[in-house]
Amino acid sequence: MADGPRTIIEKIWEDHVVASEPGAPAILAVDLHLVHEVTSPQAFTGLHARGLKVRKPGQTVATADHSIPTLDPSIPIADELAAKQLRQIEENCREFGIPFHGQGSPDRGIVHVIGPELGLTQPGMTIVCGDSHTATHGAFGALAFGIGTSEIEMVLATQTLLQRKPKTFQVRIDGHLRPGVGAKDIILALIARIGIGGGTGHVIEYTGSAIRALSMEERMTVCNMSIEAGARAGLIAPDETTFAYLRGRRFAPRGAAWDEAVARWQKLPSDDGATYDRTIVIDGDTLEPMVTYGTNPGMGLPISGRIPSPADLEPAAREDLEHALAYMGLEPGSTIAGRKLDVVFIGSCTNGRIEDMRAAASVLRGRHVAEGLRVLVVPGSQQVKKQAESEELDEVFRSAGAEWRESGCSMCIAMNGDQLEPGQYGISTSNRNFVGRQGRGGRTFLASPLTAAASAVTGVVTDPRTLPGVASKPGAAVRSASVEAS
Amino acid sequence: MPEPFVRTTSRAIAIPRANIDTDQICPARFLKITDKAGLADALFFDWRFTPDGQKRQPPSFIDEPHNVGRQILLVGDNFGAGSSREHAPWALRAWGIRAIVSTGFADIFRGNSLKNALLPIVVTPERHAALTALLAANPDGEWTVDLEAQKVTLPGVDTFDFEIDPFARTMILAGTDEVGYVLSRLPAIEAWEAAHPARVDTRS
Repeated sequence: MADGPRTIIEKIWEDHVVASEPGAPAILAVDLHLVHEVTSPQAFTGLHARGLKVRKPGQTVATADHSIPTLDPSIPIADELAAKQLRQIEENCREFGIPFHGQGSPDRGIVHVIGPELGLTQPGMTIVCGDSHTATHGAFGALAFGIGTSEIEMVLATQTLLQRKPKTFQVRIDGHLRPGVGAKDIILALIARIGIGGGTGHVIEYTGSAIRALSMEERMTVCNMSIEAGARAGLIAPDETTFAYLRGRRFAPRGAAWDEAVARWQKLPSDDGATYDRTIVIDGDTLEPMVTYGTNPGMGLPISGRIPSPADLEPAAREDLEHALAYMGLEPGSTIAGRKLDVVFIGSCTNGRIEDMRAAASVLRGRHVAEGLRVLVVPGSQQVKKQAESEELDEVFRSAGAEWRESGCSMCIAMNGDQLEPGQYGISTSNRNFVGRQGRGGRTFLASPLTAAASAVTGVVTDPRTLPGVASKPGAAVRSASVEAS
Repeated sequence: MPEPFVRTTSRAIAIPRANIDTDQICPARFLKITDKAGLADALFFDWRFTPDGQKRQPPSFIDEPHNVGRQILLVGDNFGAGSSREHAPWALRAWGIRAIVSTGFADIFRGNSLKNALLPIVVTPERHAALTALLAANPDGEWTVDLEAQKVTLPGVDTFDFEIDPFARTMILAGTDEVGYVLSRLPAIEAWEAAHPARVDTRS
């Protein structure tokens, strides 16, 4: 163990090293394993082949989110492959004794939404899932990262992983966000600055006054997209905001155990004088609403900006941008603001929580979506859906002409029938604008819920600050208590 | 159980693009399988096939007739970005790829590849440029990727060494199963667990 000041990343790492043999990766204990239907079937098949059980079913939880339809659940699933996959996770969970929140469960939802809302995600934990957006849970000061199916099998079989110690990367966001600018804009600005490979080999710790001022849900949005900067994990040290969010949630400690846990969690923040392998600083006061123009999340710019010219770039980047602009049908030097849209998607593990629903509703309340535009609002979980409906946000969306759906990954990954058609332009609160990500031939602009909702009203990519009454407060337009603990 | 892999000799395929994400390598609609069947066909699907399912003309990279059967890819920086889907290395292996040469790989993809005995070989930008030029000048030259010697032998006399995670190298060379390796350390895991009670019980 290292003497002297340590970062939170090193503290959590060292806390979980079971064994460390010369030349070999550490065996790292896993506190919580989240499982979904798409990346797990082959891992369970592997367990069967080995004749092994799930070693710690009580540290494992499963749901169905990626391929599940967001339509009325009483409608049979048309896609036979998806239906089979959904049956299989249910059977696997039953056989191996893993709690499963499937169709019909009030706790079903996107795996990265339900972990926090159930209070399963806690500071200081190691959390893994066969999904690259597992870094979402880092918002609580957990070391959380995505794994492949071979590693899922490893965790099911051993409750550990073989891991090399990551490098540390401090991303400090100083100052204060201006009205209309939120968590999504922070992370898109970071990725635009360091590129989609900029964090490779590192775990990011987000620090600074602009991060401290974020709600838990906003912190989740920031950590969620760490992978889009190439970092397998990103986290934020726990503080009173974290504890207030967790207190009273179903799986959070209670009574004396709560006090002990808080005392333990308070020791997690990076020590004064701890050093990082790399640090960058961004001035939060200068950030604007961000939007992407290309085919990876690093191709983003302030909404008032103009698309760069390939001619100004190095050869490799030039070719990348030329391909991207050809796919997107966009011209160098033009603006994204004002670009006509076919679809608006509000949802995903990045922006599918109740504050995101409230932000979108704050724009759409008393307004109507532009003619000919399809607007899909997909809550991140059934709990988010229920909460939104109790606040009558669903009525706001429906009255505005948007569709209000069951929870799931939906158009973020376009596996369940929710997708862009070839050539369509969509603005999306999700995390990836890769070629074909939201449907083959579909063209994605990534943005915040405020920007997406403002664009839904006008039918073109729109700076939310230009709509009356939208950007009166910083961050999410409506900053109020998050979903009440269940 | 994995098969041991030591070295292979093959011609190489250049895909001169950076930031090839796993959605390109294996589009998400092919992730609805519950086994690993059919993934060779899913590899780079949208690059290879038109929306109505016809093979593109001229064919895309790996479908060029002379590229069939080649086992080595030379690709741009940050290969395998994005989704953690192991279907990407499965699809590459199913098609026949055994080694990928780039200036950089995304973390999760690199790890997933090593678990499937698919070698991510990192080279400097200078070496990458030289290899690109070599492949353009001699597209049918045979390359030998030798994991045991950590050396690539190029057509002619040129060779270069490469770094690879020493543990992964040992496992791949011997065809050792990592789950078996960890389970053989179960007493250490149980000792750790005895000292660190579970933080949650998802069944409660």
